[in-house]
Amino acid sequence: MASTSVIAMCLAIPAKIVSITGDSAQVDFGEGVLREVNITLVEAKVSDYVLVHAGYAIQVLSEEDAQETLRLWNEILEAEVKINNK
Amino acid sequence: MMVKSLRFRNATLAKHVVRKIHKLAPKKDTPKFCHVCGTHEWTITHFGLRTLLPTNVEVIAGPGCPVCIVPASEIDEAVQLALNDLVVTCFGDVLRVPGSKMSLLDAKAEGADVHVVYGVGDAVKMAEREPDKEFVFFAIGFETTAPSTAVEVLKQPPKNISFLISHRLIPPAMKLLVEMKDLNLNGFIAPGHVSTVIGLKPYEIFPKIYGMPTVVAGFEPLDVLFGVYMILKQLSQYKPRLENEYVRAVRSEGNVKAQKLMKEVFEVVDGNWRGLGTIPSSALKLRKEHEAYDARLKYDVNIQQGSVDIPPGCKCHLVIIGKIKPTECSLFMKTCTPQKPVGPCMVSSEGTCRIWSKASRTR
Repeated sequence: MASTSVIAMCLAIPAKIVSITGDSAQVDFGEGVLREVNITLVEAKVSDYVLVHAGYAIQVLSEEDAQETLRLWNEILEAEVKINNK
Repeated sequence: MMVKSLRFRNATLAKHVVRKIHKLAPKKDTPKFCHVCGTHEWTITHFGLRTLLPTNVEVIAGPGCPVCIVPASEIDEAVQLALNDLVVTCFGDVLRVPGSKMSLLDAKAEGADVHVVYGVGDAVKMAEREPDKEFVFFAIGFETTAPSTAVEVLKQPPKNISFLISHRLIPPAMKLLVEMKDLNLNGFIAPGHVSTVIGLKPYEIFPKIYGMPTVVAGFEPLDVLFGVYMILKQLSQYKPRLENEYVRAVRSEGNVKAQKLMKEVFEVVDGNWRGLGTIPSSALKLRKEHEAYDARLKYDVNIQQGSVDIPPGCKCHLVIIGKIKPTECSLFMKTCTPQKPVGPCMVSSEGTCRIWSKASRTR
């Protein structure tokens, strides 16, 4: 993630849901950084990736949506290059 | 997640899109694009993206720092509450933002109880743990943050917490920018995370009414470069439209639940922005049915007129709208530094001056 080193008000960080209890979920921000976040604003389940802003998940991210970005970029470049899916 | 991030950090792709930008950019005109998000400015400055663009293509930073645009009068309100023996909870960024006489940090130094929290939920939990104390949450932020305040208000938290609402809305500020004829904007890079909440519809007026190409973009360097490319493409085709580059997070309808909760809790009112004055229909206020939680009413907060938004010599009001670069302010990195900031743009980690201070950029 580009901006994890800057604590910014409009920054949202992706995290993976580890467990859910009511409106709150334990999420993994990567490298084992776990935190409780509120998931009232989204329909999310365990293993989903969510975009977290100031302790609240504001959107669910899906693998299909990630692929869609790569597809859009490729389309713009008119398939001049193949994206290296590391 | 590391692996996922790497997919969006492809140097070969970056080289290709930069080459395409150079090929497509007009040779004579000097197009100027504006973003309205502190995180976009961080990406652009940190990765030196401006140096990759043709010299005649300019990307400027608009009022995208939610901390910088909180007017001094509203900092004064928070300070007044803190000095009146209430526990004021706030985001860390807002602590050092100058009010007319002092910041919340100054108030804390004078003995006031000011606590930094990660989010509004933590403030509510503190109030639940200490029922004998009166708490206020200083609710600043754009449409990314306002839904979280709405969630907590609707849960009817304990009566010993209330909210000092200073939320602002981004599209009305964009409208102000586009109507400033001397700014001569040719395109908008719309903010990714605000858009995850509000969706695409609120931006429709920009291409439709103002003929302004508008692209919602994400926060990786590639997102911003593709955003710039998409705007240039629209300009070259003379077809201004609304496009979404950040498809992996922004759905066209946005987060419908968040919008519904915001509507339930808040009404839209005119709002004062630091350095910009009053922008019609750009702020939120608790609706009548929730006014028991309105700190302004509960404690009869009364700030005398004449608060000072911009200290003498400071040019934050021009930096906030992208009219000048931080380096064009005579105080920048001389009397105004991250250690001793004069204006709000140097205080917040999302302020343009603060971001530039770390990167020593001139472009």
